[in-house]
Amino acid sequence: MTPETARTIAVDVNGVSYEREVEARKLLIHFLRDDLDLTGSHVGCDTGNCGACSVLLDGVLLKSCMLLAVQADGTSIRTVEGLGSDGELDALQQAFADHHALQCGYCTPGMLMSASWLLERNPRPSEEEIRRAIQGNICRCTGYVNIVRAVQAASGQEVSE
Amino acid sequence: MLLREVEYARPASVGDAVRLLAERDGARALAGGQTLVNVMKARAASPDVVVDLNGLEELKGIELGPDGTLEIGAMTTYTEIVESAEARARPILGEVCAQIADVQVRNRGTIGGNVCSNDPTNHLPPLVVALGGTMTIRGTGGERTVPAEEFFLGVYMTAAGPGELLTTVTIPAGKADGFASLPIGRDGTCIVNVAASLDGGAPRVVVGCVDAVPVLVRPESAEDDAVRGAVRAAGLQPPDDVHAPAEYRRHLAEVLAVRAVRAAKERAS
Ligand SMILES: Cc1cc2nc3c(=O)[nH]c(=O)nc-3n(C[C@H](O)[C@H](O)[C@H](O)COP(=O)(O)OP(=O)(O)OC[C@H]3O[C@@H](n4cnc5c(N)ncnc54)[C@H](O)[C@@H]3O)c2cc1C
Ligand code: FES
Ligand code: FES
Repeated sequence: MTPETARTIAVDVNGVSYEREVEARKLLIHFLRDDLDLTGSHVGCDTGNCGACSVLLDGVLLKSCMLLAVQADGTSIRTVEGLGSDGELDALQQAFADHHALQCGYCTPGMLMSASWLLERNPRPSEEEIRRAIQGNICRCTGYVNIVRAVQAASGQEVSE
Repeated sequence: MLLREVEYARPASVGDAVRLLAERDGARALAGGQTLVNVMKARAASPDVVVDLNGLEELKGIELGPDGTLEIGAMTTYTEIVESAEARARPILGEVCAQIADVQVRNRGTIGGNVCSNDPTNHLPPLVVALGGTMTIRGTGGERTVPAEEFFLGVYMTAAGPGELLTTVTIPAGKADGFASLPIGRDGTCIVNVAASLDGGAPRVVVGCVDAVPVLVRPESAEDDAVRGAVRAAGLQPPDDVHAPAEYRRHLAEVLAVRAVRAAKERAS
């Protein structure tokens, strides 16, 4: 295919189909936030280090500041807005609230996506597995302990003291 | 971050990709993007055209030959290597890939991108040299193979030149391998890393993070003293930076080389 500076892409985000023209230089995170007004996913670092922009693309967890929006053509994307339904929190989100797993909340959307990806693949993760699963997500507030507890609780496990 | 204006192409075949890369001076292959997209944000490089290799099935996947040789497509991700049953034929591959960065980076980053970017702190350049890998490179003129130890030419420079693609990394059969590193965090970027293999004669000990390219050292034996002495005799001139002074890196190179060889010996028996 011939190189183009802009293309029309079709994506499914949280079950809604969108068709939009995007510039090739636009990152997926900006497409989600600025073009689709899905501002749940955050930009923390813009260097692939913090994970605040994490989303699932065709079921695969990635950092949406490290992908061009044009690369997402034809894919199905899940963002934090796609968790829960009808204004109700899902079990993981509720566990975050119950266990004080967020303070400022900036990292939370990415943290929730990483934890969802983990629980889909490993319904009863150990503490070590939880910690490794959220390694790509930086939280400057909680010290991670309550996040680990929330994921343990959401997976029906005893919460470590 | 707004990138500089760029053209995007998603070729349908490796042939088309190579043609595009050769036609346009400012064209760059886009693999996992876990280095290139950052480079474009920082405008350290601003390609005119990015040639997206995602979607080229020819470049994906791992094949295990009857003699135990592994053919790994350049676009195979770290996660795919970690989870591949075939790749377990040489277990060190999955073990090292599991230590790279974090889940998100491992889901996107590719073996081809890791070696082609040849960031001196990357995990895979020393590993493929230690394992005696062979790199298959395709250009418009055809295909050639280069031994891994001749592939790395300088920081961010490899034998896969402009207009060329790395298509396959071939890893021979073996099992007596070890890897030891001092990462900055629990996993991820290393201050020094060392890969070692005892398959195929004298030990191959390869030190990463200490020079522009992985440094191959051939101690006479796998005894601790021989390994330590050979690394010392290599006269490494590692960088001094916020993570460690050069002197400490030199010390680490010796210690980690001994550990990597010990791990390889355990596997051999
Ligand atoms: C937060 C973070 C942490 C990281 N930590 C680590 C770590 O601990 N260890 C580690 O090893 N790496 C680490 N990396 C780097 C990461 O592994 C990159 O994935 C890797 O360096 C590049 O692979 P890629 O597939 O993403 O390639 P890209 O970024 O797409 O490409 C890199 C370069 O290689 C060229 N290229 C790619 N594929 C080919 C090919 N088949 N033929 C020819 N040229 C090609 C591209 O043109 C580009 O110049 C980290 C990255 C991030 C963002
Ligand atoms: S904004 Fe994407 S990783 Fe920080
Ligand atoms: S809650 Fe503030 S960064 Fe995590």
